[in-house]
Amino acid sequence: MSDATRIGEGPGRRSYLVGLVLALALTAIPFALVQFRLAGTTATVVAIALAALVQVVVHLRFFLHIDFHKTPRENLLALFFAGFLIFVMVGGTLWIMFDLHYRMMP
Amino acid sequence: MFGRLTIEALPLYSAIAMGGALIVVFGTLAVMAAITWMRAWGYLWREWFTSVDHKRIGAMYVILALIMLVRGFIDAIMMRTQQAIAVNSDGYLPPDHFDQIFSSHGTIMIFFMAMPFLTGLINLVMPQQIGARDVAFPYINAMSLWLTASGAALVMVSLVIGKFSTAGWTAYPPYSGIDYSPYVGVDYWVWAVLLSGIGSTLSGINFLVTIIRKRAPGMKLMFMPLFTWTTLCTSVLMAFAFPAVTVVGVLLELDRVAGMHFFTSGDGGNMMNFANLLWIWGHPEVYILILPAFGIYSHTVSTFSGRKLFGYTSLVWATCAIAILSFTVWLHHFFTMGSSANVNSAFGIATMIIAVPTGVKVYDWLFTLYRGRIRFTVPMLYTIAFIVTFVIGGVTGVLLAFPPADYLMHNSTFLVAHFHNMLIPGALFGYFAGLNYWFPKMFGFRLDERWGKRSFWCWVVGFYLAFMPLYMLGFMGMPRRMEHYDVAAWQPYLVVAFLGAVLILVGLTFTIVQIVVSVRRRAELRDPTGDPWNGRTLEWATASPPAPYNFAVIPTVTGRDAFWTMKADGTAWRRPARYEDILIPRNSAFGPLIGAIAFVLGFAAVWHMWWLVALSAVLAAIVVIIRSSNDDTDRLLPAAEVERIETAWLAEVAAAPRPVDEPARGVPSAALPGAAT
Ligand code: HEM
Ligand SMILES: [Cu+2]
Repeated sequence: MSDATRIGEGPGRRSYLVGLVLALALTAIPFALVQFRLAGTTATVVAIALAALVQVVVHLRFFLHIDFHKTPRENLLALFFAGFLIFVMVGGTLWIMFDLHYRMMP
Repeated sequence: MFGRLTIEALPLYSAIAMGGALIVVFGTLAVMAAITWMRAWGYLWREWFTSVDHKRIGAMYVILALIMLVRGFIDAIMMRTQQAIAVNSDGYLPPDHFDQIFSSHGTIMIFFMAMPFLTGLINLVMPQQIGARDVAFPYINAMSLWLTASGAALVMVSLVIGKFSTAGWTAYPPYSGIDYSPYVGVDYWVWAVLLSGIGSTLSGINFLVTIIRKRAPGMKLMFMPLFTWTTLCTSVLMAFAFPAVTVVGVLLELDRVAGMHFFTSGDGGNMMNFANLLWIWGHPEVYILILPAFGIYSHTVSTFSGRKLFGYTSLVWATCAIAILSFTVWLHHFFTMGSSANVNSAFGIATMIIAVPTGVKVYDWLFTLYRGRIRFTVPMLYTIAFIVTFVIGGVTGVLLAFPPADYLMHNSTFLVAHFHNMLIPGALFGYFAGLNYWFPKMFGFRLDERWGKRSFWCWVVGFYLAFMPLYMLGFMGMPRRMEHYDVAAWQPYLVVAFLGAVLILVGLTFTIVQIVVSVRRRAELRDPTGDPWNGRTLEWATASPPAPYNFAVIPTVTGRDAFWTMKADGTAWRRPARYEDILIPRNSAFGPLIGAIAFVLGFAAVWHMWWLVALSAVLAAIVVIIRSSNDDTDRLLPAAEVERIETAWLAEVAAAPRPVDEPARGVPSAALPGAAT
């Protein structure tokens, strides 16, 4: 890995500030949706999930400076590995819980 | 001010609970008095508690693990005694107390015995095996240690102030919810698990970065010693699985104190998701416990048969396969929750597949032994006992992976026998083997062999006596966690199991005797060369105990078994042309401080002293910020000092007698009879 990934030599303070603002906005939206009941239940749930996903991307892009061109390949591989595990955990959970839900219906 | 903490919290309700509390209080006081009497506080604080040296941190982890092993075992033998007598009677433990005991036994053995034990051994050995001077983040390492210790302290304090959880080590809702468990027990469980869980996540990340970034020049991934490989996989599991238990603990606590409904059947809550989330962590956890032990066995088996490890590549791939597969099987812990046949069979099949790479490993170890010149040292004895006993546990595991069979065995003592069969011969014996094998690297002298062997025999025979009857009891229909029962036919088996536990008690006592005897005979048992067993990997290239920097000159690696090659070429123990200055991290009170704050935070949260929770959270943040803004964290060890340390050691190496029962130093394995690989 090159030294360019060290803090200070990478993207400047601006990138962190943009990231911070985006992260705060993406946190505020779900809370606002729930607190002020701005949308129906399904729409709210979907919006929260989307906000969470975008939040992840924001963190990766602005705080960890992941970039498909400049980031070394092994870091990207590690990221895909993490993605795979999250897919297994979240996908498995959805499968299991929906299966149980279906079987518990009267 | 004190939340719900009142004088009622003292265990005045039962003589036995009071006794336990008094033992904890007086034990602590006695240890503190002894330290004061020896005037050792200053030494301990400067040299140990504030140390950020990975070897010292490792040793402290192991000491914590041994203390908690004693506590966990006392719990175990209390349960065994109760079940041996409680047929058609109440025995001597009231149900509420019995339930606390199995909960604390399970929690302690997993989180505060096994986890610190393996983390300690990894800390001690892994950086040396890869030719590094330290882990990647020494301060975080200290913080992990003290977070784990603060979790352990919370469990111990629950003996004296309040009660521990009665919800088992898995704390399933709805029973662990506020309606059924209104008192502090479950909160103690949650906070102990949270604190130590954060420590473990950080350790996992730390080890991962260390292995990726700090290997000596030339050490390719496929040159890494097997223990380093298993550490790598275990660290991946720690880093990815532990967040799940942290999340599940936080959600349970929110249900309990903030009136939320993640796991209660109100407002869309679902208690079944608790089991799901818990085991997303829980199954990888059992591999976190066992993979390092597999690594240890891979070293003892090859060192003590004087042969290179058979099937290195297949062992590496088997380890990786196990690590990944371990994320895909968690549902086998709740087959009976009512999933459809499709779901159950998918997870059942995935579980059975894990047996394949594990079987590969067993054959590799057997082929390493085959035609080797076996030295029956204590680590080797544990290894052999492991191979035989572990296969039994593996077979019963494959049986349980079959959902229809699991429907019969679920929650029976058959299951208890199965997982102890994996955890004791699999994990714990591995840690004991590792302790005997690497002890010289911790303190500079070997452990006494005679007491080690006595202890070994008690542990092994005791294990069979204590747990084989439980398999049979499982077939006879005995459920786990029984405080008393009315089936007289079970009692003879439970009496045998009790006798087994007594034998294990003798074994545990002998383990302690072994350590005491070794400390007294430390001059005789000293390891002057740093290579007491004719080892093969780089941790034996350092002194025992290693200098703070491990390697005066970072070795260059050209293949597997790097130290063996160095001995064969005559490049081991070689004086370099010139020594250089070495930077080492300075000791710091940061670790113990964070640990203390975390303990106060946890304790305050358990007792609902919210002002104190807020205060300690702010304090923790301040300490972390101060610490991270400090850039002056290293001290320079001048070349002259390095030279002095190294010269003294090399002189000792030159003067050391060659061990008689070992092959001559520097003989490659192929030159030994019957050692062709
Ligand atoms: C040293 C000898 C040991 C003995 C005699 C022993 C004995 C017992 C007993 C009697 C139980 C309760 C069984 C029941 O529910 O009917 C139990 C549960 C358990 N043990 Fe051990 N044990 C030992 C070591 C260990 C070790 C080394 C570990 C883990 C590393 C461990 C982990 C557990 C767990 C997780 C439970 C389940 C607790 C629960 O039901 O919530 N034990 N053990
Ligand atoms: Cu499992």
